[in-house]
Amino acid sequence: MMRVTVIDYKAGNLTSVLKALRHLGVETVVTDGDLDLVNTAERIVLPGVGHFAATERLDATGLTSAIRAAIARGVPFLGICVGMQWLYAGSSEAPSQPGLGHFAESCEHFSESKEKVPHVGWNSLEVRKNSKLLAGVEPGEYVYFTHSYRAPVTADTAATTHYIEPFASAVERGNVMGVQFHPEKSGATGLKILKNFLRWKGTE
Amino acid sequence: MITKRIIACLDVHDGRVVKGVQFVDLIDAGDPATQAARHAREGADEIVLLDITATHEGRQTLLDTVRRTARELFVPFCVGGGIRSADDAAQVFEAGADKVSVNSAALADPTLIDAIGRSFGAQAVVVAIDARRDPGAADPVRDAQVYVQGGRKLAGRRVVEWAREAEERGAGEILLTSMNSDGMRTGFDCELTAVVSEAVGIPVIASGGAGTVEHFVDVFGRGKADAALAASIFHFGVSSARSLKEELAKAGVSVRLPC
Repeated sequence: MMRVTVIDYKAGNLTSVLKALRHLGVETVVTDGDLDLVNTAERIVLPGVGHFAATERLDATGLTSAIRAAIARGVPFLGICVGMQWLYAGSSEAPSQPGLGHFAESCEHFSESKEKVPHVGWNSLEVRKNSKLLAGVEPGEYVYFTHSYRAPVTADTAATTHYIEPFASAVERGNVMGVQFHPEKSGATGLKILKNFLRWKGTE
Repeated sequence: MITKRIIACLDVHDGRVVKGVQFVDLIDAGDPATQAARHAREGADEIVLLDITATHEGRQTLLDTVRRTARELFVPFCVGGGIRSADDAAQVFEAGADKVSVNSAALADPTLIDAIGRSFGAQAVVVAIDARRDPGAADPVRDAQVYVQGGRKLAGRRVVEWAREAEERGAGEILLTSMNSDGMRTGFDCELTAVVSEAVGIPVIASGGAGTVEHFVDVFGRGKADAALAASIFHFGVSSARSLKEELAKAGVSVRLPC
């Protein structure tokens, strides 16, 4: 059975992510500091709800270095919500807290507008061609978002979503993937996306 | 494009879904886990489970119900009723809820909102407000009053002012129930919903009074609601989330149609 290492940085609730992964038939192990579980990981998921500042715990526990090394070894990695934002250089939500810097850009608050922030609810994805993570996601499918900060659209963007402005709702480069939405809360579409991540061989 | 959310609400008493009119005369409407799964399958964007048992012995029943309901549910799941502390909230999250809704306990101690938000994030805190127009006030809508104890007792707060405070303290959403229209199937209180929605920068879920598709069109338009709660409209096969959404789409409301 495939084993997925889920990173816990004490910033909220992992239950939904674990439930969805188990529903898809994988074994899950959770670590909040046991680096062996990252060093031997087959696949890593970094969930995330709450504040970007909470990712400081990843640095303090040594998880950041262990994850960086795992990514360099080619271990498939999926960051969800704040877990995706952490893949960037940082976020204006916590300017003094650096992200992993795998993607050079930074995450910013939604621009001033009359629309409500946070962006809460089901929104659509405009999938870029050749996304492995979003294979089979058709126009008219929706996913569930809840966030106030967003990543910019760049060459690594796998899907864009429009709320106030276009932003990167999924990012993908090599073995590193991130989604701003919550696949574990996005019904059949979300489970399909998680399944794509679990199926991806990493060397294709 | 962001869609308007249709939220299926299950009022639960002693582990069973019930439905009453203005919170009294309860009738049995089925098993929560079965009902939640059916609503999600038929396109409900979110499930809210409100425990109206509110007794100490009922806590364990509720956690069991939440665990059982969450097991195969892959849409957002909010649980309310009897959450009086951050510890209560933690238990409900552990059982599988994504959000908790707090009502009278937050009125009694508003720092409860801050506490849950700090530990679980603002997206996990929904502040539920039971509102009733104040016929004696100069502006019965703008001066609507907050009620507690199932709408029986005045809380001594104005709805708009309390919604703003909840937002400042870190609530992620407001669940606004009009006690005037709850269970009546005569339509949402669109005037009140619009006043609250314009007063805060967080999403407002309208609740109370859904009876027809037009009521939903109205509350998303005139009422400026971001989401709407439906309970009685879904029970007993009156209408499904799917047929409701198909009708809303025809009326020009942006909704997520089930795949």
